[in-house]
Amino acid sequence: MAKSILFEIAKTHLWARKKQSSIAALGVTFGIGTFIILVSFMTGLNGLLDGLILNRTPHIRIYNEVQPSKEQPIELSDQYKNSMNVIHSIKPKKSQASILNNKGIINALKSDKRVKGVTPQVSTRVFYQSGSVLLNGNLIGIDVIEETRLYNFKQYIVNGSPLELKSNDNGVILGIGIAQKLSLKKGDYVPMVTPSGGTVRLKIVGFFQSGLADIDKLQSYTNIKTAQKVAGETSNYVTDISVKLFDIEKAKPMTDEIVHNNHINAVDIKTANAQFETGTSIRNLITYAVSITLLIVAGFGIYNILNMMIYEKMNDIAILKATGFSGGDVMRIFIYEALLIGIVGGSLGLLLGLGVSYLISISPFETQAIPTVKTFPVNFDGLYYVIGAIFALITTFFAGFLPARKASKIDPVEILRGQ
Amino acid sequence: MNPLIKVSNVNKHFHDPVDIQVLKNISLEMEKGEFVSIMGKSGCGKSTLLYILSTMDTDYTGEIFLNNERLSGLTPNQLAVIRNEHIGFVFQFHYLLPEFSVLENVMMPALKLGRKTREEIEHNAIEKLKLLDIADQALKMASRISGGQKQRVAIARALINNPSIIMGDEPTGNLDSKNALLVFDIFKQLTNEFNTSLLIVTHDPDFAAKTDRIIEMADGEIISK
Repeated sequence: MAKSILFEIAKTHLWARKKQSSIAALGVTFGIGTFIILVSFMTGLNGLLDGLILNRTPHIRIYNEVQPSKEQPIELSDQYKNSMNVIHSIKPKKSQASILNNKGIINALKSDKRVKGVTPQVSTRVFYQSGSVLLNGNLIGIDVIEETRLYNFKQYIVNGSPLELKSNDNGVILGIGIAQKLSLKKGDYVPMVTPSGGTVRLKIVGFFQSGLADIDKLQSYTNIKTAQKVAGETSNYVTDISVKLFDIEKAKPMTDEIVHNNHINAVDIKTANAQFETGTSIRNLITYAVSITLLIVAGFGIYNILNMMIYEKMNDIAILKATGFSGGDVMRIFIYEALLIGIVGGSLGLLLGLGVSYLISISPFETQAIPTVKTFPVNFDGLYYVIGAIFALITTFFAGFLPARKASKIDPVEILRGQ
Repeated sequence: MNPLIKVSNVNKHFHDPVDIQVLKNISLEMEKGEFVSIMGKSGCGKSTLLYILSTMDTDYTGEIFLNNERLSGLTPNQLAVIRNEHIGFVFQFHYLLPEFSVLENVMMPALKLGRKTREEIEHNAIEKLKLLDIADQALKMASRISGGQKQRVAIARALINNPSIIMGDEPTGNLDSKNALLVFDIFKQLTNEFNTSLLIVTHDPDFAAKTDRIIEMADGEIISK
């Protein structure tokens, strides 16, 4: 009862000054609205850019790399154990490109609870041939269904679908850059020269456009079995194993584990793509800095209006105190006023933000980089609306706090006697 | 019977700009149902005394009691509760909250007290306004009624919580003689019919002469009571 009368007084004060109150609320509206627009657009863009690399990159990539032996034979000999051995011109040893015991590793990973999926890959060099022209390139054999499930493979396919690759043993999804250079279209056969010197002809079932031109000029995809045949190897031949985890943060420790257990090369996504985190965090920083600045400006507006109101309302405050309202009650009245401005302005700001974000999200945005994206990316995550609402309440509370405290300290005797 | 108000040895100094003693060893008592006026020239300390009794001014030495409760030394919040429940105020300038209706102004202290439902409070407020013969103005905004009417609304507001005492700081000082008489008659009616206690500061000798008791002050001292 006593609380509601304070709220009623606050409401009446604001209602009696509709113009000033709405201007103060508009300040908050613009602050919160801008925050929502900025953060939705920025994080949407972040998601898109990160997705360019991170979504299609395995969290852990296991591979075999040509490298010199870490231990030279002489070091194993007892005879020279205590001498200083100097070996010049160490060369890498020739070893198989295939990962040894790949079936064992894959099965072990598949039964690990942290792992979302494991896919083997076969990567082989080829030359794309068109008449007398030979173009250097890479043919990658994949498990189409799993790649689509785990790495959104489908998103980068234009003019075709990954399923056609599955159903066609001689199919190939050709990098769009290669297709343009060799002026090939869907349904054409493209001859490829294999590392062993033979030639295979694969039928184009679609094109691959990653948005990274250098990759699109080199890479093509086919079935894992087809790739093994092109490489002239058996079905045990696997050059890479991609692992996707449920939690990307576990990539680093798990990579160390794999390297340690299998004596093999592996790299985790964070080590391979450290620059993306930096970009993301800086964009977030800018978004928050701009929004907080706007809200502080809005806060000054509220501070100003409440301060003026308190000077106008000296008599009212004195009467309220004389009739038994305590300093705390008076303070609450003005804090309620600030919060009311914050709630009304903030809610409108959230709506404004949502509306403008929606308009942005339906605006056309065509880019070479991502063929499947047709409009601007906007993130409609509800969390940002919650943060915006909390921001609005906190800033208006602090903007109201100082004037309210001043009002609570007004000495009624001075005013009641003074006139 | 215990006195309603008891003041013993109250002293007060103003420190700014120079140290002046405005109240010197004030002691007095007031019984329940009395209609007392405090008289004196400007600057004699009568208003200062009233504001100390009202609990709004706490910068003094000595002791005051209301209904045997010692008020000196209580916290501002405790004093606000006592003001709300036990003391009604009428000022020289008809201080109403201009953005609220007459009825809401009267209801305000009772809503703050929060002992009754809104309906009961509204009913009581209309009763008080009827008593003061201005119930017909109840729904008007407080800023839209005349000075004499405002003062009657202020009295109704002072009565809403049925306080132990009503205090007035020159309640007729800003009214024409007709309205001043009206307000006096209301005070008289309140003491006669409802046994309300009244403590009114005034410099109008005619007003004071008609009260039960006159306390006269000069230079911060009580010269007759």
